[in-house]
Amino acid sequence: MNKVVRKEFFSENVVCLEVEAPRIAKARRAGHFVIVRVDKKGERIPLTISSADVDKGTITLVVQRVGVTSKKLTDLEPGECVADLVGPLGQATDVKKVGTVLACGGGVGVAPLLPIVEAFKKAGNKVVSVLAARTKDLIILEKQIREYSDDVLIMTDDGSYGEKGLITEGMEKVIAREKIDEAVIIGPAIMMKFAAEVTRKHGIPSIASLNTIMVDGTGMCGACRVTVDGKTKFVCVDGPEFDAHKVDFDEMLLRLNGYKDFEKNAYERYNRMQQ
Amino acid sequence: KDRTSIERVKMPEADPSERRRSFMEVNRGLTSEAAMTEASRCLDCPTPTCIEGCPVGINIPKFIKNIERGEFLEAARVLKETSSLPAVCGRVCPQEKQCEANCFYTRKLKKPAVAIGYLERFAADYERETGNISIPKKAASKNKKIACIGSGPAGLSFAGEMAKRGYDVTVFEALHEIGGVLKYGIPEFRLPNNIVDVEIESLKKLGVKFETNFIVGKTATIEELKQEGFEGFFVGSGAGLPRFMGIPGENLVGILSSNEYLTRVNLMEANKEDSDTPILKGKRVAVIGGGNTAMDSVRTALRLGAEKAMIIYRRSEEEMPARVEEIKHAKEEGVEFLTLQNPIEYLGDNKGYVRQIRVQRMKLGEPDASGRRRPIPVEGDEYLLDVDTVVVSVGVAPNPLIPQSMPDLKTTSWRTLEVDQESLQTSVPFMFAGGDIVRGGATVILAMGDGRKAANAMDQQLSKNLESSVKE
Ligand SMILES: Cc1cc2nc3c(=O)[nH]c(=O)nc-3n(C[C@H](O)[C@H](O)[C@H](O)COP(=O)(O)OP(=O)(O)OC[C@H]3O[C@@H](n4cnc5c(N)ncnc54)[C@H](O)[C@@H]3O)c2cc1C
Ligand SMILES: Cc1cc2nc3c(=O)[nH]c(=O)nc-3n(C[C@H](O)[C@H](O)[C@H](O)COP(=O)(O)OP(=O)(O)OC[C@H]3O[C@@H](n4cnc5c(N)ncnc54)[C@H](O)[C@@H]3O)c2cc1C
Ligand code: SF4
Ligand code: SF4
Ligand code: FES
Ligand SMILES: [Mg+2]
Repeated sequence: MNKVVRKEFFSENVVCLEVEAPRIAKARRAGHFVIVRVDKKGERIPLTISSADVDKGTITLVVQRVGVTSKKLTDLEPGECVADLVGPLGQATDVKKVGTVLACGGGVGVAPLLPIVEAFKKAGNKVVSVLAARTKDLIILEKQIREYSDDVLIMTDDGSYGEKGLITEGMEKVIAREKIDEAVIIGPAIMMKFAAEVTRKHGIPSIASLNTIMVDGTGMCGACRVTVDGKTKFVCVDGPEFDAHKVDFDEMLLRLNGYKDFEKNAYERYNRMQQ
Repeated sequence: KDRTSIERVKMPEADPSERRRSFMEVNRGLTSEAAMTEASRCLDCPTPTCIEGCPVGINIPKFIKNIERGEFLEAARVLKETSSLPAVCGRVCPQEKQCEANCFYTRKLKKPAVAIGYLERFAADYERETGNISIPKKAASKNKKIACIGSGPAGLSFAGEMAKRGYDVTVFEALHEIGGVLKYGIPEFRLPNNIVDVEIESLKKLGVKFETNFIVGKTATIEELKQEGFEGFFVGSGAGLPRFMGIPGENLVGILSSNEYLTRVNLMEANKEDSDTPILKGKRVAVIGGGNTAMDSVRTALRLGAEKAMIIYRRSEEEMPARVEEIKHAKEEGVEFLTLQNPIEYLGDNKGYVRQIRVQRMKLGEPDASGRRRPIPVEGDEYLLDVDTVVVSVGVAPNPLIPQSMPDLKTTSWRTLEVDQESLQTSVPFMFAGGDIVRGGATVILAMGDGRKAANAMDQQLSKNLESSVKE
């Protein structure tokens, strides 16, 4: 049982939770994630560790409400507990000094991006961040990203904040203006697919952090498998970060839809029950 | 009456037409009368060859004769001298290849063996159901902290043995449930979870501590645990990694490993209405493989509502590694066996869902290294099979978490841990290991036996250290 100690709404559907997990707070590195089970009937879902406070013994998760489990989790109030929390999982980000890093975050992908931006900055890199979302309210963690970035570009689909346009347009702009040595891309799978095309075109080495469906998160089930460079990899133990230019995003997109019908029904049932 | 003329008892079973759609336990257990009659078949042989067939050397005639006399609790006590999980092993041991294969009846009389497994289960169930579980005596506390990594049968038996000897044992388990494969793998209809839970309760009463959601090597390293005072380590982390075949289309939606399929159902209870975990309830389900895991998967598919549940196995039924009883039960429940066939490609629809398997027909050639006849493709003889779900159950590989986090721990070319055959000590002196992480995918009884053996050796080592430090 791990207690929620703080809760903050970043937007209507994006919630930041600070949860007690002293061991994980100490052991985690940028790029790591945890698996959470909200209650005894709950499923296990992966969430990136957005930040950690070793002294307080807490980790911070930023959760976007998309279905039953993320809703249940974000409905918890400070003082309440999640049934299970395990981690840190996955391989930590390979942080090194490369020069200039282009950090691209789409939607709630900015949450996992934050610790990576921080780590690259602290390693002595220049960091240019491009944050993108559908509309102004969905731009999250801007202040925290700014703290570790030399420059931040904001893109919204509807132009309600920053510049109007897709993340790829923002990326092109930065690439046109300065030499980028490495790119980090995190967001919805479809966004990562197109963002990776941009950096491929410009020959910029890129990593993407994949958000496949998971169960155990320890390499035991293979639910999270993806094809990278023609070979099957398990995202939970071999990743979650991979060479963005070698990931088969089309296959990943199909696999993410594997339980769509069940999820839709479950969410409708849950919302009915809540009323 | 001549003991040898009594017929072997039949296990009462749930009716196939009913059980194929239900997770109720299939084998219903023997009545006291049936157990006593069966026990009277045992000839109490002067050289009981049955014991040679049991990997942990249970004193079989001794426990059986207690059943014959109606001393059921005493029978259970005899079992527990050697085995910490008799209710489990009585249910899942491949008896027909072990103790029962070596019974005098099988070997000399060419008659059905004494039903050792059924009797073992009976005694253990009797003890549990009558609430008479004896908690073993505990030696005086040794004030030494021991870490056990993994809570499968290897870890559980190790923990129990060490606790009895007075050690302060903590079991670390990566998942949110204790029990390893006994919980997430083997289904309810074969091994109800509450049986495993009772064992865990007994261990708790012995003072064993359990930390779930704790991945040694990730949540904390071995080095950190040493600094926190743990002096001895046992690795029972299992062979939990699923193998895939690497054939085209294997990552289509609807193709999953048996580990994923069984975990969703057994650990996450996805078969129940109130569970948040999704599961594919396929109508035409093919399970690839011929082991226990494959049988558990295909029978689970039936219970989730499959109209057609099929086993696809590349050799013939004779070579199937599954327990004979599981194959029999699967057939009674309506599972189809497509033997001497092998998938070579999966074909999907435009949404990425699997729709067909390209199946290659096989024949048997010369025996290979395992002694079984090698399957070889019949060139050109292939066909397309319609499916909507495929469960791949072609074996497992050792869990790499511990070796990865400890570079000086020696592994074999199979990626299992290298241990001394006698003591089960690894290349790191304070670390012992057993079960599937050492053997690859093996059996519950072997894992359990390893746990005891390692406890014995670790106790000796730690006691020796203690003596020498006292002398100094
Ligand atoms: C390594 C990793 C890190 C992640 N980090 C974050 C994060 O920091 N913040 C965040 O909001 N989300 C994160 N996600 C995604 C998050 O796990 C899913 O949004 C969540 O599981 C959805 O569950 P649900 O029941 O609320 O929604 P559902 O309605 O059940 O599912 C919505 C969609 O989420 C995906 N999904 C469903 N179940 C799972 C599952 N068990 N595992 C992974 N994806 C699933 C599927 O694409 C599905 O269609 C991460 C995923 C991965 C793999
Ligand atoms: C579906 C299925 C059916 C089977 N049927 C039979 C049968 O009928 N009869 C039979 O005899 N055998 C059967 N087996 C095989 C048998 O279950 C195994 O041989 C046995 O469970 C091995 O025991 P173990 O203790 O070595 O490992 P496991 O039971 O695999 O347990 C290992 C545990 O360690 C945990 N772990 C791993 N790494 C770490 C870590 N770093 N930190 C913390 N915890 C960790 C895992 O989560 C797991 O819970 C079956 C196996 C399966 C999968
Ligand atoms: S533990 Fe297994 S092999 Fe040994 S006697 Fe019992 S059923 Fe037979
Ligand atoms: S070999 Fe068979 S008959 Fe003889 S003691 Fe063992 S179980 Fe009894
Ligand atoms: S989530 Fe199970 S293997 Fe990756
Ligand atoms: Mg869900």
